Amino acid sequence: MNKDSSIAAHTVSVLVANEPGILARVVGLFSGRGYNIESLTVAETDAKESLSRITIVTKGTPMIIEQIMAQLDRLVPVHRVRDLTVEGPHIERELALVKVKGVGEKRVEALRLADVFRAKVIDAKTDSFVFEVTGTTGKVQTFIGLMESLGMVDVGRTGIVAMSRGGEPL
Amino acid sequence: MKPEESATTGADLLVKALIDEDVEVVFGYPGGAVLPIYDSLFKQNRLRHILVRHEQAAVHAAEGYARSTGKVGVVLVTSGPGATNAVTGLTDALMDSIPIVCLTGQVPTHLIGNDAFQEADTTGITRPCTKHNYLVKAVGNLARTVHEAFYVARSGRPGPVVVDLPKDVLMNKHDYVAPPKIPVEHKSYRPQTKPDPRKIEQAVEMIARAKRPVFYVGGGVINSGPKASKLLAQFVRMTGYPITNTLMGLGTFPASDKQFLGMLGMHGTYEANLAMHGCDVMINIGARFDDRITGNLTKFSPGSKKIHIDIDPSSINKSVRVDLAIVGDAMLALEEMIKLWKAKQPKVDLKALKAWWAEIETWRARNCLAYKTGGETIKPQFALERLYHHIKNTDHYITTEVGQHQMWAAQFLKFEQPNRWMTSGGLGTMGYGFPAAMGVQIAHPEALVIDVAGEASILMNIQELSTVAQYNLPVKIFILNNHYMGMVRQWQELLHGGRYSESYSESLPDFVKLADAFGAVGLRCHEPDKLDGVIEEMIKTKRPVVVDVLVDEAENCFPMIPSGAAHNEMLLGPDDKAGKVSEEGMVLV
Repeated sequence: MNKDSSIAAHTVSVLVANEPGILARVVGLFSGRGYNIESLTVAETDAKESLSRITIVTKGTPMIIEQIMAQLDRLVPVHRVRDLTVEGPHIERELALVKVKGVGEKRVEALRLADVFRAKVIDAKTDSFVFEVTGTTGKVQTFIGLMESLGMVDVGRTGIVAMSRGGEPL
Repeated sequence: MKPEESATTGADLLVKALIDEDVEVVFGYPGGAVLPIYDSLFKQNRLRHILVRHEQAAVHAAEGYARSTGKVGVVLVTSGPGATNAVTGLTDALMDSIPIVCLTGQVPTHLIGNDAFQEADTTGITRPCTKHNYLVKAVGNLARTVHEAFYVARSGRPGPVVVDLPKDVLMNKHDYVAPPKIPVEHKSYRPQTKPDPRKIEQAVEMIARAKRPVFYVGGGVINSGPKASKLLAQFVRMTGYPITNTLMGLGTFPASDKQFLGMLGMHGTYEANLAMHGCDVMINIGARFDDRITGNLTKFSPGSKKIHIDIDPSSINKSVRVDLAIVGDAMLALEEMIKLWKAKQPKVDLKALKAWWAEIETWRARNCLAYKTGGETIKPQFALERLYHHIKNTDHYITTEVGQHQMWAAQFLKFEQPNRWMTSGGLGTMGYGFPAAMGVQIAHPEALVIDVAGEASILMNIQELSTVAQYNLPVKIFILNNHYMGMVRQWQELLHGGRYSESYSESLPDFVKLADAFGAVGLRCHEPDKLDGVIEEMIKTKRPVVVDVLVDEAENCFPMIPSGAAHNEMLLGPDDKAGKVSEEGMVLV
């Protein structure tokens, strides 16, 4: 038995063949074996080789994380699995679209805060804005928290994409 | 691509691909979506088709075929219910790592998602119960996909692979693509078979330094091929160390050898479990620390250094943290370890080893499989002892259903060679043994194939009596009939105050008449002194035989590690009282 039972979040990058059902395989593995998914993003990243990159943030003890890595790697269409959290420094970014409705002082305050957070206005009406904010999950969350009191009516988040620092590819 | 003059239909391509994959027999059941395949089968005589009576049985039969030959078992079923009926068999094959290719029919591509007649989301349903699955959407991909399916099924840790075939794909035409002559590397699937030589060296050092060692060997060695078992026996004898087998590993080491401690685990022998508990170096080859083996994880073999050799990295450190993990094929690992052992001629601590063996012999002297003889009634253990006496010098294969009879068979039948013992280990599928025996018999027409069964399990696939009658497969069904779902009854007795809720086998058929109705031979025995005669009769009858052996209804399977207990907390017999099973133990199965 492993003594280390501390639960920590890990960011895992998975390079997969972009084929039908691949996301279901990955997600099904997590649900079927009772692992957590905190965040999941997926998109094609290499059209020529038809590869997609899945970024998953999951939580577990070191033994569980090791098991998740091995289980992912076992899937036939999975090319590579890397635990970015373990393998060294990495960067994480998330994007959110935040819709705020309102007029007068609240509207001005929303715009001012957006500027502080370097959020872009990507849609504007006389009584609403849609902001685009990018950053770490913490920053995005803080921004959303502030907008809540200023008339936020809708929010969409991409989930986390991540990459190791330095010149090495996945 | 435009169909050429020479182009053939998808169904014909499929048959061609199967032949090129050295398939000789397909277990299946026809239906609307696979009619083109059945038409192609009709027009050729290279592939033999065995018509089962239920798709679950087709998969189990293919499993029996695969496990007794080492080849890939092939299943052919139709869409919808054909595919869903196969799911239990697929899950069974996944849990026990059996190479199966299951071809399922599908509604034509333009109807997929339309809730068409006999449509099911087969790839969706079978995703978690296969090693991999494919939906072939264009005839141009069909042959290549089938070849890949065989490669995935048999390589690495083997398992079941489903290829879903829409009907229009089977009817469209395309040129054939032969399997690659030199295996091309798969783009993403590359199982590691060659063990790391540095780790092999470390393993040999650890093994050589051990004072209280034990080999703990599982089905991975069987899946690695017969040579792995030969090498295992060689290595174990070179070291002089004790060895125990999992349920799946029986036959990897000759049971008659003095170094063999018998099976370990929940119903394993006293000596095997105590050796596991007290060892200082555990050498796990091709086993996966299953919960039936470890019992209470926190108390599992507390003082040992553990070496784990497995072809599947996800089996390593899953439930038990090991000190040395070696990913690779068992045969290759054994080969390297033997080479190194010979080269190094390590000095084993013979004095310590002698003391260890002396301790093991005191455990062995407890004779943990002893049972009270039954007087007028047949004890199930006695029935199996007599069965073994009559078959031990024959060319025989054993399958089982699931329950008490299965554990008794594992304890009382002795296996000297691999691939002779087929039982549902991981999934524990009642109804497995009889169709598996059919598959074994198809592969070994002259051999004696016996399904050791219980009266409850056998009814789960009893319809296959019709199949064995059709092909005159001389499979023997040896029913230990105690009128109970015995293992359920045993747990109810030990854990639920003897409240035998729904575990009595009410309204059983007359098995002799039942056999007769299907064109098989039925025999019955309820007196111990008539048993030898009945077994002899069974063996000499060259037809399918059902033997209804009426055994002691109250007999329990011992030894037993109760739920939540450790290896050194075994119950040896009915007079051993378990401490109160903890709440934690109660929730375990």
